[in-house]
Amino acid sequence: MNGITRRGVLKGMGAAGAVAAASTLPAPYVRAATPIKAGILLPYSGTYSRLGEAITNGFMLNLGKSGDMLGGRPVELVRLDSEAKPPLGPSNATKLINGEKVDVLVGPVHSGVAMGMAKIAREEEALTIIPNAGADQLTGVLCAPNIFRSSFSNWQASYPMGKVLADRGTKRVALIYWNYAAGKQAAQGFKDGFADGDGEIVTEIGVPFPEVEFQAALTQVAEVNPDAVYVFFSGGGAVKFVKDWAAAGLKDKIALHGPGFLTEGVTDAQGEAAEGIETAMHYADTLDNPENKAFRAAYADRFGKNPDVFAVQGYDAGALLRVGVEAVQGDMDARGDLYAALSAADFASPRGRFRLSAAHNPIQDFYLRQVENGVNVVKGIAVAQLADPAKGCKLA
Amino acid sequence: MDPVFLAIQLLNGIQQGLLLFLIASGLTLIFGVMGVINLAHGAFYMLGAYAAFSLTEMTGDLLLAILLGIPLALALGWVFERVFFRWLYEREHLEQVLLTYGLILIIDESRSVIWGNDPHGVPVPDWLDFSIPLTETLSYPVYRLAVSVVCLALAGAMAYVLGRTRLGMRIRAGEADRETVAALGVDIGTLYAVLFAAGIGLAAFGGMLAAPIESVFPGMGEQVLIISFVVVVIGGIGSVKGAFLAALAIGLVDVFGQVFLPQFASVVVYGLMAAVLIWRPAGLFGRG
Repeated sequence: MNGITRRGVLKGMGAAGAVAAASTLPAPYVRAATPIKAGILLPYSGTYSRLGEAITNGFMLNLGKSGDMLGGRPVELVRLDSEAKPPLGPSNATKLINGEKVDVLVGPVHSGVAMGMAKIAREEEALTIIPNAGADQLTGVLCAPNIFRSSFSNWQASYPMGKVLADRGTKRVALIYWNYAAGKQAAQGFKDGFADGDGEIVTEIGVPFPEVEFQAALTQVAEVNPDAVYVFFSGGGAVKFVKDWAAAGLKDKIALHGPGFLTEGVTDAQGEAAEGIETAMHYADTLDNPENKAFRAAYADRFGKNPDVFAVQGYDAGALLRVGVEAVQGDMDARGDLYAALSAADFASPRGRFRLSAAHNPIQDFYLRQVENGVNVVKGIAVAQLADPAKGCKLA
Repeated sequence: MDPVFLAIQLLNGIQQGLLLFLIASGLTLIFGVMGVINLAHGAFYMLGAYAAFSLTEMTGDLLLAILLGIPLALALGWVFERVFFRWLYEREHLEQVLLTYGLILIIDESRSVIWGNDPHGVPVPDWLDFSIPLTETLSYPVYRLAVSVVCLALAGAMAYVLGRTRLGMRIRAGEADRETVAALGVDIGTLYAVLFAAGIGLAAFGGMLAAPIESVFPGMGEQVLIISFVVVVIGGIGSVKGAFLAALAIGLVDVFGQVFLPQFASVVVYGLMAAVLIWRPAGLFGRG
């Protein structure tokens, strides 16, 4: 189970073509025949397999823009199922870096896996692009010259809604979140954004992770009766919370907010209960920009389904790698130039402008979205070009 | 704390406990009476929930879905008993664990193939889809109350069948001494198959009733498995009465733990288990 479950060798260039190209091009291109190996450590089984698949698809879609070639070399994917199990993070990372000798590591989804993986990547100085895991530490105290993130930090995902409510002059807000690392980091982000106004956090309710029995928390909130509630739940927990919230009759009395994951990809399951909920996120399906339209059309065309935010993060992991590899013309051993190029990346992503902070976390716009007829409709920008504070990172 | 809200939290605890009893009762039957450690109990719960989701989509009504789903679950339980479990009664617990853990993996992968990995909501039947206002801000969903009533009725029915009927007498006798009961001419094989099918049926029925409350998602089975074992252990292995009281106690402790001891909310239930086991190592109504 822990082995390499699938080795996908992408359609490279024809061998004859490679030889012909090599003989006529300048020095760096002589390496053209040897592929760049990208180790993909994502969940392909279990609860998060949908995310692993979307990220892989997005990544492949970006590589496909140049015939699966980067910097004149074909790219070969080596996929490994992370199983979203934190204890397997270090051994899987070692397997890819030392066993498979990959040139770049892409993954994972789960923050727990990421912490173990990042530790090995730091020690082995392996180029790593994180396409989802939001743990603040990855681009905070654990930041490294070789570690980059194409998604978000937990702090960053919750700060914008706090800022929006502060600007609106909301007075009394309650927080409800899964009481584990990601939930606490989300709560801190919200508080930092909300601190800009003169409102107060009237109560904070931590629900044991991953429990989905919310009745006690809802009763507590009803007793406090705040103006607004900010919650951090995702997946099945998000579906259930939103439905319980409506069933408890709180929907029309107290405004419900959360990071985008509260209503991302789950509005079908939430149904009527999700209508009107406002969230903030670094992407929305309906974003009106040319990159997003082209991306969505190409994704639907190739994979026969609509992309989501995770596919965008995978796509941008590919875009980020592209910037680096092209800058060094395929010479993956030119570490200094490679990292410098990645750090300086600045391109148009389906989510809008994409560039990195000194700690290698995206600086990006966060959009205010509201659910209308099951769709997260963009209502404007909640916070423009937000950077994570990167607490404890020495790269800055 | 306002007494009205205190009363509502009490209701929350009782309601949560009753649902927990429903989910765990099948486990206590199979574990306690038949001596089989069924780690796949949660997987059958999950199958029940997913069946409720699909059958509700097909028939348009949860009640119809449950009426169709129960015979399916009983049949599935019967088949599993005949094919897999009947070889295990005389074997060690370790082999039972191995088989049932394997079943978890197989059932979960099948779930992924058949239904995919997205969470789904299951609509509450229209005639139960409203809430009763309790305070100015808070209402109570009627469906939850209805589920509580069903759980109470089921607990009564189980107590009656086990305590007052010929079938129950045989089950209790089989629990005490399998060989002697068989020697007295009772077809113990069929009896166990019935009992096992009932246990699986209860797990799946729990999943069906819980589907609109919990929503349907991968991993929902593992979430209930551990707490179900806690119920069985606190109540005393094989005691339905014990499981009922344990489930209520866990529901109440969990709710009031979250309210009064939020920093320890995730461990109060296990604290309760530890305390009960120190006081009565065999559980509330366990023998031994």
